Amino acid sequence: MSAASGSHRSAETPAKRRWLIRGARPLGGPPADILIDGTVITGVAASGRDGRQLAAGADVTVLDASDLIALPGLVDLHTHLREPGREDAETVASGTAAAALGGFTAVHAMANTEPAADTAGVVEQVWRLGRQAGYCDVWPVGAVTAGLHGSQLAELGAMADSAARVRVFSDDGQCVSDATLMRRALEYVKAFDGVIAQHAQEPRLTQGAQVNEGEMSARLGLAGWPAVAEEAIIARDCLLAAHVGSALHICHVSTAGSVEIISWAKSKGWRVTAEVTPHHLLLTDELAANYDPVFKVNPPLRTAADVAALRAGLADGTIDCVATDHAPHPAESKETEWSEAAFGMTGLETALRVVHEAMVSTGLLDWSSVADRMSVRPAEIGRLSDRAAGQHDMRHGCPIAPGSPANLVLYDAEPIRHVDPAEHASRSRNSPFAGLKLPGQVIATFLRGTPTVLDGRLAS
Amino acid sequence: MNRHLISAADLSLDDAVAILDTAEELARLAERPIPKLPTLRGRTVVNLFYEDSTRTRISFEAAAKRLSADVINFSAKGSSVAKGESLKDTALTLQAMGADAVVIRHGASGAPHRLARWVRGSVVNAGDGTHEHPTQALLDAFTMRRRLGRLEGLRVSIVGDILHSRVARSNVWLLRTLGAQVTLVAPPTLLPIAVDGWPCSVSYDLSSVLPGSDVVMMLRVQHERMSDAYFPSVREYRRRYGLDGDRMALLPDHAIVMHPGPMNRGMEIAADVADSPRSTIVEQVTNGVSVRMAVLYLLLSGSRAPDEPAVAGDTELVTAAELTATAAGSQVRVEVL
Repeated sequence: MSAASGSHRSAETPAKRRWLIRGARPLGGPPADILIDGTVITGVAASGRDGRQLAAGADVTVLDASDLIALPGLVDLHTHLREPGREDAETVASGTAAAALGGFTAVHAMANTEPAADTAGVVEQVWRLGRQAGYCDVWPVGAVTAGLHGSQLAELGAMADSAARVRVFSDDGQCVSDATLMRRALEYVKAFDGVIAQHAQEPRLTQGAQVNEGEMSARLGLAGWPAVAEEAIIARDCLLAAHVGSALHICHVSTAGSVEIISWAKSKGWRVTAEVTPHHLLLTDELAANYDPVFKVNPPLRTAADVAALRAGLADGTIDCVATDHAPHPAESKETEWSEAAFGMTGLETALRVVHEAMVSTGLLDWSSVADRMSVRPAEIGRLSDRAAGQHDMRHGCPIAPGSPANLVLYDAEPIRHVDPAEHASRSRNSPFAGLKLPGQVIATFLRGTPTVLDGRLAS
Repeated sequence: MNRHLISAADLSLDDAVAILDTAEELARLAERPIPKLPTLRGRTVVNLFYEDSTRTRISFEAAAKRLSADVINFSAKGSSVAKGESLKDTALTLQAMGADAVVIRHGASGAPHRLARWVRGSVVNAGDGTHEHPTQALLDAFTMRRRLGRLEGLRVSIVGDILHSRVARSNVWLLRTLGAQVTLVAPPTLLPIAVDGWPCSVSYDLSSVLPGSDVVMMLRVQHERMSDAYFPSVREYRRRYGLDGDRMALLPDHAIVMHPGPMNRGMEIAADVADSPRSTIVEQVTNGVSVRMAVLYLLLSGSRAPDEPAVAGDTELVTAAELTATAAGSQVRVEVL
């Protein structure tokens, strides 16, 4: 249904290429034709009976996208690309290929690499690797503290001024638990419109923690990770952000109580934003029952009541966006005892399908809202709504309208297929959704007019 | 019965009673001059111990040997990941050596679940982290039934570090299945947050629970719990939750005192209590061998590796009925050994 027609002319540089995407449904609405000229969307018009008004010129590649949903290219605020240091788990190239296959056109690469992304040099390296890979834009997240050790601020300004122009800072994987340090970080990044993305985990309450503290941790004899350890930090940091008038973003919100606190902070008008992962929208701690560490993640899978609250929070906007927390690990890190296993799950290639299952199939979000939660809002939080690099318009999260950079995903909502991690482009296979039946398939992804994915496969 | 014994929660009432009844038969065997059966001859039982536990390992070893199984002791101290070979690789090695059963003791909760995915033989959980220790619960139930004649309706109080106790977990699930009424007694810090969902009642006050207890089971309390602020001092713990002679006097006359060992004398249990006639502590050790024999017998005697030829004569597998007959007095089978 979606085969690219028209010949592929190699003499033509991608930037000059023109595409006519025929019959796609922008944001799930009525069918329209979308014309891409070079890197920019130049026309969007309702598909007529013959729908020919945009098919000007013979040098246009026509893509039949009948019945496919068109969304602005997805933006992930929370991706672990592992490079430099853990190229056995993922590289910038393999991770961004996975991202493209999931419909993403921009990802934020978390700072817990080896070495950590705590200097201008490392963030520029990651930035350059992303440019070379070409599958999606890579915006490095800078560490808040040197080495993620939580004792001294990293050179936030140098990273902000670097070629990577870092605006999001996070020690993700570690909580900035020192209240004074957190306050200083929030204050300091005001100078360059930065945001601190907090991994909310009170360390003393979660020593050795393995699973959500509750019925499952009690039965399984695994050390509990109590909800209060997340909520206490979120409450503190909301108050700190308010006190210093800065921007706070909460990573991977996982509890019903956190949603309540964030809702309260937003009601005060404070600059607090939040993300939820696909896995926390779909999976519960019951899955730990057989001690298969593919379900081990930080923060842990919670209860069905938490899942319901997170879905409601994402639906009403209390939680601003979905972020994958894509955390690839090699097989040996998961094929082991639960307590020895690494925390984390892959998620880029399944995110949209999981959101479809958890939020759209349940009637909680329509496709327009999915675009908001997975593209528009994360782009705003990541300060990607007005980015440029040289002559390139690097904006993301823009409407599907003339003048916007041509970042698009075409999604077929119809098929229902089992998830098979062996098919994933990620170097790692630790998908908690393996074997699960999920709806939908990403058919094509365009990054500034260049297809990174066509026919559901990476475009060469 | 399942292929593995990993959790006491997996045992049905029929399974549990079958193990206890079989153990009873096997216990009589121990009273004979040559306490050995040919039942598991040619079978290999591996004791895979990642934690020091002389008591449990020897008990399993004795059980397997009395059933004529070949026993391989594999001790691998420390975490498998930190010390080199992974649990999976060890499992594959044991598999390649043809282990019919692997008895595993491991510091990580759930390690037996993982092992069961990687070996074809039966997995017997000999204690995993703070999760379960099902053969301990079985031998405890066996001991209670022998001493008090029944399990249905028995009032059992389990006292101590419930939060970190694999013995307590296994006992709660097994005793529920067997119809006993369990009360957990501990300072609130040493109870799981979600304990109210467990099939038992909870008390913070030991003295008030003792007059209504047929069994009081004292759990070992690790000194290092104190540094983690679970309780203020050994002295205070002993005062509030220790079982001394005065407290023991609150028990009904028929009540017994149990301890899975190893004991901290003077901490959770006073020496005169441990050595009193109410104490079943030494008996528990003896019973442990019979119960573990029953578990290995029931897990292994019905199965035979497909490539293994059937053996005739005295090494033929003994059926449960034959075993009963054998254990009940026929010396023939034993003499041919």
